[in-house]
Amino acid sequence: MHPEANVAQGRSRLLLRGGRLLDPSQGLDAVGDLLIEGDRIADVRPGGVGSATSSARVINLSPTHAVMPGLVDLHSHLREPGQEHKETIATGSTSAAAGGFTTVLCMPNTDPPIDTAAVVCLVLRRAAEATGARVLPIAAGTVGMAEERLSEMADLVEAGAVAISDDAFPLQQSATVRRAMEYCRMLDVPFIVHCEDKSLTSGGCMHEGPVSTRLGLKGMPAAAEEIALARNLMLARLTGARVHIAHVSTAGSVEMLRRAKASGLRVTAEACPHHFSLTDEAVAESGYDTSTKVNPPLRSAADVEAVRQGLADGTIDCIATDHAPHAAEEKDVEYQYAPFGMVGFETALALTITHLVEPGILTPLQAVERLSTIPSRIARLSAGSLRPGSTADVAVVDLERRWTVDRARLLSRSKNTPFHGMELRGAPVLTLVAGRVAHNALTDQLPFEE
Amino acid sequence: MLLHRRHILGLEGMPADEIIAILDTADTLKEILSRPIKKVPTLRGRSICTLFYEPSTRTRTSFELAAKILSADVSSLAPSTSSVTKGESFRDTLLTIQAMGTDLFVIRHPCAGAPLFASRIVNVPVINAGDGMHEHPTQGLLDMLTLRSIKGKLAGLQIAIVGDIAHSRVARSNAWGFATVGAAVRIAGPPTLMPPGLEATGARIYDRLEPAIEGADVVYVLRIQKERMDSGLLPSLREYTRLYGVTAERLSRYAAKDAIVMHPGPVNRGVEIAPDVVDAGYSVITDQVANGVALRMALLYLLLGGSDAPRG
Repeated sequence: MHPEANVAQGRSRLLLRGGRLLDPSQGLDAVGDLLIEGDRIADVRPGGVGSATSSARVINLSPTHAVMPGLVDLHSHLREPGQEHKETIATGSTSAAAGGFTTVLCMPNTDPPIDTAAVVCLVLRRAAEATGARVLPIAAGTVGMAEERLSEMADLVEAGAVAISDDAFPLQQSATVRRAMEYCRMLDVPFIVHCEDKSLTSGGCMHEGPVSTRLGLKGMPAAAEEIALARNLMLARLTGARVHIAHVSTAGSVEMLRRAKASGLRVTAEACPHHFSLTDEAVAESGYDTSTKVNPPLRSAADVEAVRQGLADGTIDCIATDHAPHAAEEKDVEYQYAPFGMVGFETALALTITHLVEPGILTPLQAVERLSTIPSRIARLSAGSLRPGSTADVAVVDLERRWTVDRARLLSRSKNTPFHGMELRGAPVLTLVAGRVAHNALTDQLPFEE
Repeated sequence: MLLHRRHILGLEGMPADEIIAILDTADTLKEILSRPIKKVPTLRGRSICTLFYEPSTRTRTSFELAAKILSADVSSLAPSTSSVTKGESFRDTLLTIQAMGTDLFVIRHPCAGAPLFASRIVNVPVINAGDGMHEHPTQGLLDMLTLRSIKGKLAGLQIAIVGDIAHSRVARSNAWGFATVGAAVRIAGPPTLMPPGLEATGARIYDRLEPAIEGADVVYVLRIQKERMDSGLLPSLREYTRLYGVTAERLSRYAAKDAIVMHPGPVNRGVEIAPDVVDAGYSVITDQVANGVALRMALLYLLLGGSDAPRG
């Protein structure tokens, strides 16, 4: 017997039969079977082969079930260490898996921040204990996110940080951004940059425009994002770093990125589901509901349209959640005093299907590409594909299921979602992380848990 | 029931018939203020709490007087805003005071939307006495009451609101309210103090004073705060006065012949308004203050009084 076959025999075999295989890495959109052996994808069979897999456990799916590479989130806040009342790596990992994510990157604005190798190690240890999605840390570019000294980025990357970011504490000094980018170039990791000129947003709590005027809330103009973006694009050109633009939210930003890419600049960008699903009117319609308070803020209808178009034509490479949990007592205050952020793992896919796939802005395959294949590539992960031999990171999604968001049922420790009560389409029903069941809502096919 | 609402949170969206009903009620109640003994038993046994998270003299005094004239019991709280982050939350403060048997809250708060927030937490009426840069509906209503009693009408009047529009809840409430009752509103102020999209109220926007007050029946002057200069929004108060100060000369040159001048107070004499204009016969600033009491009596009565007509 071939030695590898021995190993394979010792592994559990799982056959996902009869689902719609969606794998952008192979340009595959066809009904068929996916065979998983242990932690690897063993075979992908468009059309299906039926009985040749007698030793495998079988999950019978229908063509309304999409079988896709697990989603990859380049942008989340898991709050550990230091703010475990909002979220922990364990609860965040579980929430992410429930949303179809198999890998999530977590931002460094913890307490203490992820700015030393020791904290990177702590995050990775907690991540190893988590039972949902894989968690990979992003480290801060400056010590304490204070913009005074560069962090020890080489140490951080060696310890396991997969990117560097200034998210939540956007660097204001161009010289600091330049130096951080230069180090990122040497280390060949992405620099994920939050574009915000804080002199224009100070005291602001929503998008500046007619709605902020009506509500009497201090606005944050689109120009604050665009000015910082322009600067960061120029520094990306100057340094040659792999710059990734976080949460693009304005029409001006989309247009600027489009031109930068056309000119050959090596830059990538993400947009968040709330920025293609909601406008600033949501702040008014909800009556100052603090779950609508987020940074960058919910923008105008024209901005939302531009973000959708940017995602459609690839100007914006991928979708990221900016999952930002906050405790109820922190959000249940006056709008101005509430912290920025909303949870996002468990609604991201359904919002993508509802607002981008259903109206025909993205094909199902393009949606998977932007939620899995492309973010995986940006972070240089070996995920985002169903090719045989790949790690068995898989999401099974019921594309037709309509469900109503109920914050009480979210698995995140925090419930701050502006989508509560909204009906969405598309629900992740099974998530496998390296072949392990990380989320299972296929109630009709129980018992399935190992 | 004359009002179709339980709370007075803003004038945006308040229909004209409700505004007129409030003004008519206030006109009826004005008579009580001219009596030697200004007291009626209408709200005897009812308890009102004024909860002011921002300093105020006239609005608070006006509400308290209005409540006392109607024989309501008044308690006043002025929680320190500095302790907001470490102290008791707004929600808990509201629940605590409500538990003491409060029948109505009057709330001033530096945060826009705070009275709406409160209205969702307590189960008694809430009156917004000014929330951040959002609205100050009782000021808007008392201004309409004042103007109607002087001009005999509101529809068709040309009203110019001048000053620090961006930070002014009075400007917003008046822009909505006056537009609803059919007046034409013009708004003028320095571009650094002009928020985007005010046209949505129906107002015409100007960045210079003169065209805004051209032919105006009312020049409504807003207070300019020294902080605006300190935070870099204005080069100097001196220059502001030169560009936007309302003077007798400018009024006689541009405004309608019988134009009146209004101001929500407190006045900075010699800054946004010339001292002689404050004291001139066409200035109705003290009428506004007097009407404020009647207007607030009307709101307390309408929100709490139920079926009984106010008795003397």
